[in-house]
Amino acid sequence: MYKYDNYDQQMVDARVEEFRDQARRRLEGKLSEDQFKPLRLMNGLYLQLHAYMLRVAIPYGTLNSEQMTALANIADKYDRGYGHFTTRQNLQYNWIKLEDAADILADLAKVEMHAIQTSGNCIRNISSDHFAGATHDELVDPRPYAELLRQWSSFHPEFTYLPRKFKIAVIASEKDRAAMRLHDIGIQIVEQNGELGARFFVGGGMGRTPMIAPMIRDFVPLDQLITYAEACLRVYNRYGRRDNKYKARIKILVHEIGKDEYTRQVEEEFKHLLDQGIEPPREELERIKPFFADPAFEDGPKTVDRSDPDFALWIDRNTHRHKHDSYVSAVISLKPVGGIPGDATGEQMRLMAQLAKQYSFDELRIMHTQNVVLPHVKIADLHDLWTELDAAGLGSPNMDSIEDMIACPGLDYCSLANARSIPLAQRISERFDASGKTGKLGELKLKISGCINACGHHHAGHIGILGVDKKGKENYQLSLGGSEAEDVSLAKITGPGFDEDGVIEAVEKVTDVYLDQREGEERFLDTYRRIGMAPFKEALYD
Amino acid sequence: MQFRFRDDEVVDHGTVTVDACCDQTNATAVRIEPGDDARELLPFLDRLALVEVNFPTFGDGRGYSAARILREAGYTGELRAVGDVGIDQLSHMLRCGFDAFAPDKPLDESDARRAFATWENVYQSAADGRKTIQELRHE
Repeated sequence: MYKYDNYDQQMVDARVEEFRDQARRRLEGKLSEDQFKPLRLMNGLYLQLHAYMLRVAIPYGTLNSEQMTALANIADKYDRGYGHFTTRQNLQYNWIKLEDAADILADLAKVEMHAIQTSGNCIRNISSDHFAGATHDELVDPRPYAELLRQWSSFHPEFTYLPRKFKIAVIASEKDRAAMRLHDIGIQIVEQNGELGARFFVGGGMGRTPMIAPMIRDFVPLDQLITYAEACLRVYNRYGRRDNKYKARIKILVHEIGKDEYTRQVEEEFKHLLDQGIEPPREELERIKPFFADPAFEDGPKTVDRSDPDFALWIDRNTHRHKHDSYVSAVISLKPVGGIPGDATGEQMRLMAQLAKQYSFDELRIMHTQNVVLPHVKIADLHDLWTELDAAGLGSPNMDSIEDMIACPGLDYCSLANARSIPLAQRISERFDASGKTGKLGELKLKISGCINACGHHHAGHIGILGVDKKGKENYQLSLGGSEAEDVSLAKITGPGFDEDGVIEAVEKVTDVYLDQREGEERFLDTYRRIGMAPFKEALYD
Repeated sequence: MQFRFRDDEVVDHGTVTVDACCDQTNATAVRIEPGDDARELLPFLDRLALVEVNFPTFGDGRGYSAARILREAGYTGELRAVGDVGIDQLSHMLRCGFDAFAPDKPLDESDARRAFATWENVYQSAADGRKTIQELRHE
């Protein structure tokens, strides 16, 4: 795992001091709320419906036990004893007092953490593949490149007042587990003629105008990675729309001027910037790489005793093949039946920290699906691990099932929401668990957003639900056929919306259509793609 | 003008617009608005002594790119940030090549001094010519 040196620590400390000073000037009346708002946002502080929310950055979703424990302690000390893992691999606290914010930031800084650029119109925390460095199917570990980008994007002097927020994801596998093409910039590390390079996808996003990022460059040499990213950002900073907040994301610019014209401008800027010598020295990447070197894996048993059916089910559903055949990556589900997706109590976080220390070389990952991964678990240890998880309510065997849904905080917390997401998620998981249908459905990604800003990724759901306000009443629109993975697609709306009970019925009906029509090993998504919308519509509306 | 990090004489006459500057062969001071393309000035850099970059609202960050573009092209005259310039923008503006600051509302001097010195070291190469942290690590 990456460790700060004195320079990194100094940068974070400087920011904590800067924020303390900003808070002081706000209190002295030297800063108006309008002036202070973007500054606190860039330090991760939002004002929600009932309280402040603080969002903590977890760079590329990787953290160690000490950091997870610190997050648990903050949850207990300053929040209501829990935290919420987000779709960008971060953690947010929903019940923070403004006067505690500087102290929390100082507590975070002690364990090399911060809330820098987790909000605001700047480059946000860089996200990545949650199985990075562990999975059998990657070219290289993408995190050294993400770390290089983290440094570059932190306190970038030119790109702190962008037209709108800016999200970057980096992967290095043909399997996309980071919704890479639904980011402002998606980077895939690829190999060409024996050389590694970066493939750039620009202009993806969800929100009210979902777009899949087109590829603008199939290979950027790694010693030009930062320069190319800088060119992409400069064109956006100069020409991204600023007249309308809802048209200000880079996807709109790329869409309006066209991929080819945007690419032409980027290439021209890139050519210019190459002469400016802004790329970090190549040695920097070489310095970063060893932090992500493999831990000392040991050979051991490669199979488990499957005599306990509950354990066998968890193994089948919640483990991912590792590059070392005596290990797996184990997914800790934060989607207990009837629970709040992505929430963990302080106690659970401390347990996960302890288990990471015991079973996973002191390392944890946050998934964009709001679960936690222990990346390197010995197959021999799986039963012990599962036993402890299960006892703590963390053993739900439901990864990538209909119960493993993404849901935004919705109207229970968020001031932007039109409808509640959490109660819907809870009712759906309870219903499918009770009927035993979850298992029959296999991989089925359900994603729920409480408003058109799409924080719950409903556009990318095999089944998506969008909460809207219809004449003062919560109404839910259903969509089908989305995917955030390597087979990326945007979901299409089925037709008129439903009330809360109605949309749950509707989910039931579309899953029945699937079970009825599926062929062979087809997933819900595959069946939908083969048979199209019509049979689903018929079941829903006729 | 409240802060200036230059020793040469202050240009005290008015500025012209970018369009006017391109048409007029003798203008020595120009003002860039957020929507202007700073690159239109590149043929005239030799005769310019002052470029003002206007920030009508501090949240519009186009002026940061304009400043760097001019410095990258070799402009050595005064680069002045004017308009809605606050304490919390100063450190980044300095990094992007601004060397003079004329905020609409005068800023607290000691707050500003502290702000200019926010970053003891920096992660990115920009227009201030500072060595980056990555360069310092590998010296």
